[in-house]
Amino acid sequence: MAQDKLADAFVEFDRVQKSYDGENLVVKDLNLFMPKGEFLTMLGPSGSGKTTCLMMLAGFETATHGDIRLDGQSINNIPPHKRGIGMVFQNYALFPHMTVAENLSFPLEVRKMGKSDREAKVKRALDMVQMGAFGGRRPAQLSGGQQQRIALARALVFEPELVLMDEPLGALDKQLRETLQFEITKLAHDLGITVVYVTHDQTEALTMSDRVAVFDDGRIQQLAPPDRLYEEPENSFVAQFIGENNTLEGVVKEISGDKCLVQLDGGELIDAKPVNVTAAGDRTRVSIRPERVEYNKDRLSPDAHTLNAEVLEFIYMGDIFRTRLKVAGTDEFVIKTRNAPDVERLKPGQSIEIGWLPEDCRALDA
Amino acid sequence: MTDSTMTPDEHRRADEAATGPMLAADGRPLKVSLNRALRRQKLRAMLLIAPLLIFVLVTFIAPIADMLFRSIENQIVSDTLPRTTSELATWDAETGEIPPPEVFDALFKDMFIATERKAHTRLGSRLNYELTGVSSLFRKSGRRVDDMGEVYQDQFEDLNDFWKDGENWSALMGSDAWRSSMSDWDGKDGRSAPAFEPRSDVASTLPETVAIYREFVDFVLSEDDNPLAEDPWAVVYAALYEDLANGADVSAVSGAGAAELLEAEAAASNFETVDYTAAFADVDKDWHSIEVWQTIQTYSPDFTSGYFLNAVDMQKTPDGPAMRPDNERIYIKLFIRTMFMSLVITGSCILLGYPVAWILANLPARTANLLMILVLLPFWTSLLVRTSAWKVMLQQQGVVNDTLVWLGIVADDSRLALINNQTGTIIAMTHILLPFMILPLYSVMKTIPPSYLRAAKSLGATNWTAFWRVYFPQSVPGIGAGSILVFILAIGYYITPEIVGGTTGTFISNRIAYHISSSLNWGLAAALGAILLAFVLGLYWAYDKIVGIDNVKLGG
Ligand SMILES: Nc1ncnc2c1ncn2[C@@H]1O[C@H](COP(=O)(O)OP(=O)(O)OP(=O)(O)O)[C@@H](O)[C@H]1O
Ligand SMILES: [Mg+2]
Repeated sequence: MAQDKLADAFVEFDRVQKSYDGENLVVKDLNLFMPKGEFLTMLGPSGSGKTTCLMMLAGFETATHGDIRLDGQSINNIPPHKRGIGMVFQNYALFPHMTVAENLSFPLEVRKMGKSDREAKVKRALDMVQMGAFGGRRPAQLSGGQQQRIALARALVFEPELVLMDEPLGALDKQLRETLQFEITKLAHDLGITVVYVTHDQTEALTMSDRVAVFDDGRIQQLAPPDRLYEEPENSFVAQFIGENNTLEGVVKEISGDKCLVQLDGGELIDAKPVNVTAAGDRTRVSIRPERVEYNKDRLSPDAHTLNAEVLEFIYMGDIFRTRLKVAGTDEFVIKTRNAPDVERLKPGQSIEIGWLPEDCRALDA
Repeated sequence: MTDSTMTPDEHRRADEAATGPMLAADGRPLKVSLNRALRRQKLRAMLLIAPLLIFVLVTFIAPIADMLFRSIENQIVSDTLPRTTSELATWDAETGEIPPPEVFDALFKDMFIATERKAHTRLGSRLNYELTGVSSLFRKSGRRVDDMGEVYQDQFEDLNDFWKDGENWSALMGSDAWRSSMSDWDGKDGRSAPAFEPRSDVASTLPETVAIYREFVDFVLSEDDNPLAEDPWAVVYAALYEDLANGADVSAVSGAGAAELLEAEAAASNFETVDYTAAFADVDKDWHSIEVWQTIQTYSPDFTSGYFLNAVDMQKTPDGPAMRPDNERIYIKLFIRTMFMSLVITGSCILLGYPVAWILANLPARTANLLMILVLLPFWTSLLVRTSAWKVMLQQQGVVNDTLVWLGIVADDSRLALINNQTGTIIAMTHILLPFMILPLYSVMKTIPPSYLRAAKSLGATNWTAFWRVYFPQSVPGIGAGSILVFILAIGYYITPEIVGGTTGTFISNRIAYHISSSLNWGLAAALGAILLAFVLGLYWAYDKIVGIDNVKLGG
């Protein structure tokens, strides 16, 4: 979705296209405007063109068409080493033949910085990622998480205004990833740098970013802050891709303001909020988050439409219960309920009625 | 330490200390059981590699060891001149005097026997390596020793016809037992002849005669003749005279020949004698040169450092090893040339191979494979063909010169000499060894992810800095492996320098080949080879110290 130009955009992709082989467009019409200091995440399935975008920005690939601007200046013809963009690679790309300190001082050396300045900056950068004691080690003597921190420190040590990170936490275990996610966001905000972050992991995208760009098929499907992305997906791809989601297919019966009536393929009627549908008769795919589904009649408005459901599976997950239902012809309808004293634990085979608030059920494109 | 503070490991160790080592189920110590279990596996593995191991041992290690041993082996001198070398041991060259008469007496005997055995020319050529002229001296002397001995032979034979007959001699010298078994022996069935056994009375009375006669018998047997009937060498008569002159008590001898011995003893005091010192000088005045005797004395020991000294242009002198005169020094120069040219070849292989390997490593797999075949193509052609092709290409009227002339770079009358010199060797060998540089380089470069270069550039490095500071250091193991390979191959290369090297472009290996097949100085060849081997091993060691052999990667 194109986005309005920002007057003070720091990074701009303006109608950018990219093809590797002259036959297929890997990036189709990319428009992206980032203000200074933003933490933007590119999220998308494999092969959707995220790395390609990053590489074009860093200067390792050239755009086939369109313009990329940094701080108002077109950078299409600036060689990579003059762009002053810090980059963290997926495999860290720490130089194996240099010690940690040498790795960090490398970008300073090529900038012809004096020795004492260099040492001070390297020390500061190492302290920043809490790796002050590791300056003399070789990358191979560090754990994955430590290498990750060094890679981060190296990308930051020469004080770039823009830092690109390509799935930097991909190879780490969950706990370490969460620690580092927190550290990276904190650092980025403390230093006031602009970050373009690429990830596969939607939790990572949601927890870290100011805004998330969901990529698919060489296009940005939605660009929005995490909460809006989750709660107000603009199309069914985003709804499916972000978080857990129940979809039901049907046809729009009638639209009245911000409410509409959808007839499912099995004939049942449900309430929904029209998002991507324009007129009665459109095919639609409605999306409901599992935690927004209610089966306690008292909480639903009296005139709400409800569906009959049969409990297939009840899974106790500690803080929540996850229940799989058979609803309107699908076996994959999932609801989540908080584990609270007043919540009923459903049993397989039990028949219930479910419903939701109309604004929690979004009628999207088919 | 209380139990509660011990780690599980400490517990285990404490248990072990209390109860001894861990035991297997059958009560044996666990280690013993494990070793026993592994032994079968090891044996089976050994069995699998045994054919190769034996093959390598027999066809590779053993010949090399034998060959290297030749570089210090020197038994030929003491084997051929046993009496002379032992007499000579006490002689001191420093006095400036020629050796005493006993040495010449011994030389006569040794030389006589050696001449009969035709061993004197071999020794002559051996000593000729150390002192030119010895070979002809020995050959000349060999021809004349017969005459020297005949003086005594004639006198004995004039005295009594008894001495003319070989049968009488064998009756006088050999024991009855030996003679009877000798006459029974027919040489069939591969049985060896009975060993000579002297008569006991003669052996104690005439020791020298018996000793020489024994050599005579051995020689006659080796010629498949009958020692009982053969007339003895002239040197046997000389030995008999020597025994008699030394006051042998021939009255102790009884039986056959006793009377003739007594008669000879009486007559001997009036015999004409031979002064061997003068006689040898008569043959060749070189026998009175201190230098010749010094050489013989120096090379008397069974083992010598002479070949090695020779291989580094030194020689043995009375004052210890010293450099040869300038005009005789060739090997050090040749070693240095070999090293230098191998270095140049290695260097040009790096220069030419690095970019090729880089391209190979960075091209898409399909194109890279095609190019790789081109790199490997030379392996499918005979080495000789490739080298000969260079001979055609590089000669004065060859393709390269023609092209240069045609392009006007070189005048027609000053065509470049590209072959039969160092240039030729370097060009041809660089071409031949190039794949050995490209392959390890390629396999190392293949493992360097392109992201390092990108990372370096994103950090602000120019293309050159990124290459030099980041890519190049990581490709050094490949350069190391390739260089070791190429250098070691080059240093021992033989065929190509032989064909295209002319006189100035040959290697030490060509000289080794010359000594093996033409001059037959195997000792020197072995010494040169041993030095080369030591040098290569030394290089390997130095490389391991400086770069580390783990850093050498041939792949992955
Ligand atoms: N150097 C290249 N040459 C040709 N095609 C390429 C090249 N690099 C990427 N592609 C293609 O471009 C498309 C997008 O690739 P890209 O690496 O940008 O995906 P991505 O979104 O980063 O995926 P992932 O999450 O798996 O890293 C893919 O279909 C890929 O096959
Ligand atoms: Mg990627």
